[in-house]
Amino acid sequence: MSADYLDGNALAGPLAEIFTTDVSAAVGRCASCGLTGPVASLRVYGPAPGLVARCPGCNEVMLRLVRSPDAAWLDLCGTACLRIPMESAEGNSP
Amino acid sequence: MIRWRAARLVKVRDENPTARTLVFDVPGWPGHLPGQHVDVKLTAEDGYTARRSYSLASPDGVELTVQRVNDGEVSPYLTQHMEPGDELELRGPVGGWFVWRPAVPAPVLLVAGGAGIVPLMAMIRARRAAQVETPFRLVHALRSPEQLYYADELLRPDPAVAVTLAYTRSAPEGHQRSPGRLTADDFSPYVPADCYVCGPTGFVEAAAALLVELGHDPARIKTERFGPSGD
Amino acid sequence: MATFTRGFHGKRRGGDDRLPPGQYLTDDFPVLSAGPTPQILPSEWEFTVETETGQVHRRSWQELMALPSETPTVDIHCVTTWSKLDTTWQGVSLDVLLEDVETAAEYALVHSYGGYTTNLPLEDLLDGKAWIAYRYDGEELHPQHGGPARLLVPHLYFWKSAKWVRGLQLLNEDSPGFWETAGYNNYGDPWREQRYADD
Repeated sequence: MSADYLDGNALAGPLAEIFTTDVSAAVGRCASCGLTGPVASLRVYGPAPGLVARCPGCNEVMLRLVRSPDAAWLDLCGTACLRIPMESAEGNSP
Repeated sequence: MIRWRAARLVKVRDENPTARTLVFDVPGWPGHLPGQHVDVKLTAEDGYTARRSYSLASPDGVELTVQRVNDGEVSPYLTQHMEPGDELELRGPVGGWFVWRPAVPAPVLLVAGGAGIVPLMAMIRARRAAQVETPFRLVHALRSPEQLYYADELLRPDPAVAVTLAYTRSAPEGHQRSPGRLTADDFSPYVPADCYVCGPTGFVEAAAALLVELGHDPARIKTERFGPSGD
Repeated sequence: MATFTRGFHGKRRGGDDRLPPGQYLTDDFPVLSAGPTPQILPSEWEFTVETETGQVHRRSWQELMALPSETPTVDIHCVTTWSKLDTTWQGVSLDVLLEDVETAAEYALVHSYGGYTTNLPLEDLLDGKAWIAYRYDGEELHPQHGGPARLLVPHLYFWKSAKWVRGLQLLNEDSPGFWETAGYNNYGDPWREQRYADD
């Protein structure tokens, strides 16, 4: 196996086009093996033809993102759940 | 909402024979955290575009340090042809995971492989600028002395930031450590720390594994890799 | 309104009338992949064709090598806008590989080692339009370009030319593959610039 991948940090820009919070800092669970960890730690192949993020434990696809000039296709079927850190609302101490 | 912004090159600084720091003026830049990166987009007159990601090298202002890859498409342009006054497009800052926040007091261990020093340098500069006591340690693997960036800042003794330069092929005369890969000795004594590892994919795998072997908590090791197309 | 970057040309150039719309010439052979590069030894490689009735035809590497081969010279066009002219290959035509296969199927789903898939109408694999290629530019096909063998369908965007090919599933109903289910065009004709699903 070759080390021809990047990591989920590389998803930050492309996902920031779609979401208002930083999804690369979210924690996700692999739908295939259950491994849980930050999106930034996924193994990312691409960026072309699309970004493919794989679980560092089992190598299954957790996320795919394709961008055309006027649309983005986002496939999260390999991700069971994402915990996305949010700014706590004003006056709401943690 | 993130969007592409026009960025004008205002200053260049050669770091070594093959790497250059580019300072851009980006109207409306919202500021960033050390460790974050930007995506840049270059558009040729015929409409052809190329995109790359680069780490921000400084906690203030938009400074990128680019390593020239000889058969690359973008880095030869950025390091040899782009001149002050020229423009490209840039979006960011992005990446909220591989960042150091000055308010966190935990000791910090930075591990850089080659050009992986760039986002870690932003953290070191932020540490020096902030009025904090956080212990910082940098272990920087690089092939040879010509590969060093930010020489003035990294060679200057500083009690706040301990620097170990680990040359892997050839070391400058009189350097204490003999050339070779990173080993456990480069990291002693062991101090539990928030670890940041950045470099080419193979380097990051090896260095992160070494840190775990030394007893560092995998949950406190953050990594950022760049690949062959990071040119 | 785009910002042009003065003096930036990239490594590619346009303006050749053999270039489909929106494409640029490259002299490199860029490597694009959606996952780790599988390392498949010819001794463990096999190519299977499964028909719509469930019949399976298998060929080993040795059997593939014993079949008559061709040496097509073709232009290839990647959806990421690079094109490469006059590439030379050696491989076995799909006409030969499908000769003794009884089928009324209209579609094919191509499977690769590593899990990649891509779909196309079966007729696009026939009549001298497609090969299982195992040599490129006079050399054994490198694993990063799909070795030991890849599909070569040069009249469609190059993602249809599946690397590390291991078989065809012949189907009565079309079944979109890896990129075709994530925004890329179901057919992918470069001359009609069918890049994305809605093109």
